[in-house]
Amino acid sequence: MAAELVTTETTQVGTEQTAPTGTKRRFLWMRNTKALTGFGILAFFALIAAIGPWIAPYDPDERSSDLLQPPSWEHWMGTTHLGQDVMSQVILGTRSVLLIAFVAGFLATFIGVVVGITAGYVGGFGDEGLSALSNVFLVIPQLPLIIIIAGMLPSAGGLTVAVVIAITGWAWGARVLRAQTLSLRKRDFVEAARANGERTWRLILAEILPNLTAMIAAGFVGTVSFAVLSQITLSFIGITPTDTWNWGTVLYWAQAQLALQRGAWWWYMFPGLCIALVGISLTLINFGIDEFVNPRLRSTGLNAKTLRRRGIRPRIGFTPVVHEAKEDRA
Amino acid sequence: MRFFVRRTVFYAITFWAAMTINFFIPRLMPGDPVSALIAANQGKISPDAIDALKALFGLDENTTLWQQYVTYWAHLFQGDLGISFSGREPVVDILARSLPWTIGLVGIATIISFTIGTLAGVAIGWRRGTRADILLPISTFFSTVPYFWLALVVIAVFAVRLGWFPASGSYDRSMVPNLSWEFVGSVVYYGTLPALTIVVTSVSGWILGMRNMMVTVSSDDYVTVAQAKGLPERTVMLGYAARNAILPQLSSFALSLGFIVGGTLVMETVFSYQGIGYQLLKATSAKDYPLMQGCFLVITLAVLFANVIADFAYGVLDPRTRQEG
Repeated sequence: MAAELVTTETTQVGTEQTAPTGTKRRFLWMRNTKALTGFGILAFFALIAAIGPWIAPYDPDERSSDLLQPPSWEHWMGTTHLGQDVMSQVILGTRSVLLIAFVAGFLATFIGVVVGITAGYVGGFGDEGLSALSNVFLVIPQLPLIIIIAGMLPSAGGLTVAVVIAITGWAWGARVLRAQTLSLRKRDFVEAARANGERTWRLILAEILPNLTAMIAAGFVGTVSFAVLSQITLSFIGITPTDTWNWGTVLYWAQAQLALQRGAWWWYMFPGLCIALVGISLTLINFGIDEFVNPRLRSTGLNAKTLRRRGIRPRIGFTPVVHEAKEDRA
Repeated sequence: MRFFVRRTVFYAITFWAAMTINFFIPRLMPGDPVSALIAANQGKISPDAIDALKALFGLDENTTLWQQYVTYWAHLFQGDLGISFSGREPVVDILARSLPWTIGLVGIATIISFTIGTLAGVAIGWRRGTRADILLPISTFFSTVPYFWLALVVIAVFAVRLGWFPASGSYDRSMVPNLSWEFVGSVVYYGTLPALTIVVTSVSGWILGMRNMMVTVSSDDYVTVAQAKGLPERTVMLGYAARNAILPQLSSFALSLGFIVGGTLVMETVFSYQGIGYQLLKATSAKDYPLMQGCFLVITLAVLFANVIADFAYGVLDPRTRQEG
């Protein structure tokens, strides 16, 4: 599914070009090591989120006599001040972290796409109004706004948090999409379709939207990583209920029970590393999308060793375009 | 000139929108938590303060929404943001006390981070394919972790384990704040770890942005020409490539500032650093609505103001922006 969506991007010049042929080209983006690594890590966490309740070694709320134990064979990530198993808390927390992040990502991307494309396509006063609106939302600091809204709500459960994050975080996507729609709107293939008497919604859905796929995907990934950070921050400061587990809740208890002063590094180290891993996987996916869209970045994304191995010497005045790019143009 | 007028109008609109959002948020919330709080605080806050709160949160049944809105703006312009529930002092006083700390911390840390990141980006972007590239994945790692988590780690290492820096506070409590070198030294000493946290987490964005711009710019014709003329490498790098590559850095400065401020707010709690973020989170857990709103208001104002400066600086540096539209 995703493969198909992304491939349409290569024919950015115009849809009248012949469609990409063969499975080799279709899976071109899969050969990107960065994107693959990112997807791998993300899939791992998604798996844990799905089967968490069955693989967690202990009940995360269950107290035991092993108080504040460092990692051992019984407790791989150590225990809390009440003898709860940190690893079970982290495993069970994965589900809500990913779920909220993806729901928020979908909602925000949806709003962003609707606002961005409408603004770019309609033009005139509608455009002025909508882009002013998204610029306002871009400038207002998001996290304080999220904290204020979530803090005033009587209860800030999972879905509420996702909605609040989406409402405050759609503007970036909208702005990028508007700019691209503006430039697409005047391209020949859109004009041609319009001259053929295509209806507006078909123009937008069939001609413009497919050419924005990579951007929408990149915006989605970016919003998801923002949502991960935001909701974990909300849990950490204790705005969301502290009895439902997510990685932020684990950190909240670690901070509240003075894990730092007691030297209980395992209590905050492991949840933090999980956050970092998810964040890195999303960043890698985004790098992959960027390199897919802009072949020049492929060589700039290579590290020193690979560059030497492939005999590429970066110089002023040239950006080497590495081999895969040729197949793009086929 | 037209450019500056346009931008001024835009920021005026943004200011109005932010204040209006601030006005509507408590009114759109389900339930009536404010009345409950006023009831709970009965006798502890003066009747005047209760009236002001009712006006602030629209509990006065006899007024229309429009009248409330007008009163809200009138109060704003008088600098009246209500009385804090928990502290029982004017919100403005609390804000005036804590704002300088946040602005000082975020301001200095951001300038350091911007400078280091941009310079590193120039170097890495100019000499691609050297060992310096290792900086990229490392700084990317630090940019994906939350500020507050890095703060925890930094405290654990430098304060608890090594004992080099204090773990919390913003200056030595035994001192009276004044303008002596001793006090300033104490502020710097206490501020090192929070500032370090901000720099380490935010520097990656600057490095990456500058590097990518350097890569783009270095394949432009004027750079090739400068190189072909036989100008010294340094001149080409700094005077031709970096000079043009730095412009997008300035415009992304405005966008990332809100993000940095957001991260800093939570980090302040970890360090018990007495800035706006510390107040905001204290207010949030105490359901101290007037203080919450006041914090949001000044944070937004500060970010807006920084945006105005960055924007106008951009306009002065790049003549092309002034001509457009």
